[in-house]
Amino acid sequence: MRKIILLSVLCLALAVGNVYAAQPKPIPGNALPDFTLPAPGSGSERSYLGLSGPFQVSNVKSDLVVIQIFSMYCPYCQKDAPNMNQLFSKIESDAATKGKIKIIGIGAGNSQMEVDTFRKRYNVAFPLLPDQDYKIHDIMGQPRTPFFVVVRTKPGKVVFTKLGAYDSPEEFFNALKAALKEAK
Amino acid sequence: MKKALVIAVLFVLCAATASARSQAFGDDIYSPGDLKPRDSVLKVKVGDMAPDFTLPSVSGGKVTLSDYRGRKNVVLSFVPAAWTPVCSDQWPGYNIIKDVFDSHDAILLGITVDSIPTLFAWTNQMGKLWFPVLSDFCPHGKVSSTLGILRSDCVSERALFVIDKKGIIRYIDVHDINKRPQLESLVKELEKLK
Repeated sequence: MRKIILLSVLCLALAVGNVYAAQPKPIPGNALPDFTLPAPGSGSERSYLGLSGPFQVSNVKSDLVVIQIFSMYCPYCQKDAPNMNQLFSKIESDAATKGKIKIIGIGAGNSQMEVDTFRKRYNVAFPLLPDQDYKIHDIMGQPRTPFFVVVRTKPGKVVFTKLGAYDSPEEFFNALKAALKEAK
Repeated sequence: MKKALVIAVLFVLCAATASARSQAFGDDIYSPGDLKPRDSVLKVKVGDMAPDFTLPSVSGGKVTLSDYRGRKNVVLSFVPAAWTPVCSDQWPGYNIIKDVFDSHDAILLGITVDSIPTLFAWTNQMGKLWFPVLSDFCPHGKVSSTLGILRSDCVSERALFVIDKKGIIRYIDVHDINKRPQLESLVKELEKLK
């Protein structure tokens, strides 16, 4: 017990030293913390999400939203990019999921150019948005990347989260289909 | 069991830092905390001829700066230390923009004051890098010191140098050691070389 107290004090000291106050990671069943995302850059991204200006995740036109916290600078996100593209194709080509599950990538600490570089390098077809000052990364509890938060839009509730990439796009797709069924 | 859970939760709390760390490095990243943004005085300036150097490369062999003269523009990316948070994500970013360097007829040389075996293990976590990684380890920090970017704790600054085909320094960014330089600034400087 003593050891735990000692560790707690140490951790607290370290945590206080952090520039950004750590918030807890999103908890399944809880409401998604409030935050506004910048307007998607392209017309196709805007029509995919069904909105025009800055938005909240609950405004997205779909039942579920997959939020992917990534970074252009993260080797695991780079490695996972083809899988995410496959996941997107699977969602779009299945009548049971098309229009009901949408993906948004948020580039932690990435500028617009850095997010665009990632999009171009990996031909990412779903919207990628910059989070240059780590604001959303902070709200999400400063996770390592990639980090996924699956949200039910009505109401804006966290369904599940996942730290690190899935082994395969099939595994992720099946988890999303199961979540979609539960949402009904 | 409960104790283990508490400790696990505490570790997660401890691991939080201001930068988004990749899962790729697992728990192997050491957090140095917030450091003095800059802790050295430059000995070169824009317009100077870049001091020549020869350093060993992680992939074997040696690299000499002046070998690129007349052939390639050179970007030197010094990062302070292997296995630290910001450094561990700077080069993986450069690793996916070889086309940007190519289109500006530029090569990238990554340099730290770490030893070759350390650099080998660390850069292996980043996947295969297209650019040489050089070790300024022996004599310790000699090149960093010549440029005036060796800090008092014997690691280098987080610094970018753009050197043109004539060997002249065209851009220097001794960055806040705690932050990653934005891609925009480097690309803008590469564009100026044309």
